[in-house]
Amino acid sequence: MNILHALFKTSIGKKVIMAVTGLILVGFVIGHLIGNLQIFLPPEKINEYAHFLQSLGKVLWLIRIGLLVAVVLHIWMAVSLVLENRAARKKGYQSQKTLRASYASRTMKYSGLIVFAFIVYHLLHFTVKSTHGEDFYPMTMLHGEKVYDVHTMMVLGFQQPLVSIFYLIAIALLSLHLSHGFSSMFQSLGLRTRSWSGLLEKLAITISVLYFLGNAAIVIAVMTGMVGIQNPDFASCCPVEAHEVANAKH
Amino acid sequence: MKVTLRVWRQENETAQGRFEEYEADNLNPNMSFLEMLDVVNEKLTGDGKDPIAVAHDCREGICGTCSSMINGEPHGPENGVTTCQTYMRSFNDGDVITVEPFRAEAFPVLKDLITDRKAFDKIMQAGGFITARTGSCQDANALPIGKEVADLAMDAAACVGCGACVAACKNSSAMLFVSAKAGQLNLLPQGQPEKDTRVLNMVAAMDEAGFGNCTNQYECSAACPKEISEEFISKLNRDYLIASVRSSVKAKPTTMK
Repeated sequence: MNILHALFKTSIGKKVIMAVTGLILVGFVIGHLIGNLQIFLPPEKINEYAHFLQSLGKVLWLIRIGLLVAVVLHIWMAVSLVLENRAARKKGYQSQKTLRASYASRTMKYSGLIVFAFIVYHLLHFTVKSTHGEDFYPMTMLHGEKVYDVHTMMVLGFQQPLVSIFYLIAIALLSLHLSHGFSSMFQSLGLRTRSWSGLLEKLAITISVLYFLGNAAIVIAVMTGMVGIQNPDFASCCPVEAHEVANAKH
Repeated sequence: MKVTLRVWRQENETAQGRFEEYEADNLNPNMSFLEMLDVVNEKLTGDGKDPIAVAHDCREGICGTCSSMINGEPHGPENGVTTCQTYMRSFNDGDVITVEPFRAEAFPVLKDLITDRKAFDKIMQAGGFITARTGSCQDANALPIGKEVADLAMDAAACVGCGACVAACKNSSAMLFVSAKAGQLNLLPQGQPEKDTRVLNMVAAMDEAGFGNCTNQYECSAACPKEISEEFISKLNRDYLIASVRSSVKAKPTTMK
């Protein structure tokens, strides 16, 4: 019980929860990006990968519940910390200079909120599949099995300018969030020391920039037509026409 | 030189408070900020007005009493100095200088620029000490301590407890203060017997006093007149985690709760 009290009821404990759940979520988004980058390979690859994840069954649900718990704890602790911080200084300064705090660190709650809104939309879009008509969730044959054509789903998604813009904004904000969060979690766990704090800050920036570029590459590849629909059911070479076909069917 | 001061005036802890402007003329640039305030107060007193209440004591940067937010920075624009070591030459002739008390719910304003920082004393009482036998002193060098460890402990021990870290932190967190005070003792052999209880009790006292939480922005370290590194906060986090785990699994004598 001491441990639970230390984790959930003390200032340092709450930060430890932020750090550990943050680490889990960073690991997830990086893994997710690597999975998504398979869009640059033949469609069978990403469809096979998606089908493999879907076929995990109970394990998939364990992962989902684990991630959900991590997200809930991360947000719960963040809200609790923000409320306590507000209460710690009710009357502010007439003028206060920022001495060395980074822009990212000062906007964590806003970047976090917008990313959360995006995650909700993203789950409705691709996991619940309720944001678009059924034409946006085509099937394909893979090794004699009928599976979701994730390759086409992604292309159809990013062919909509609004979805792409929201995606890019969310990815940019998540990268900003990570540029502080990635080194911050080491500090909260007591692992950031003078001997490598400089390297750690650089690593955090590098990971954030690479994360943004990786995701942006997918969006840009689809929007410029470099990656198009390859599902024969859409009978079209050209992404724009395929989009129109989908709309017409809808 | 001449400057205009915009100073926070507040009668007592419960009064509303407001900014008032004062002209400070014929200043020597080599006056300290406090000497400049002495001149202003001299004139206010001569005019039969209430002088600006400002906390000060040693005026050589080692007591931690002076504490003012000067133009949005604790202890003013220079790095690594206290208010009493801030000189008027750091400002330009004709500047408008805003002077406020340190702001935090845990540091209530008593009068004008003076805040009550006894929350720090409570944290110290919770664990900022070691148990030593009284009587004659121990032989010198009987307790070997590595040079690097001694230097690091000395860095932490430089904390004068002024509260600039709390004042600079947007969350009014006292983590730099607590980490310096706990770290200084935790690093040394004399501090080992109480290491775990020290960390647990000091953090509990810190939370109890109503300070905010650390968001790892390191404004505290940038504002610290003794330039104490945020590395001590990392060490406090580490020591706290280990102490929490250890205290929840270790065997305890029946007399202890």
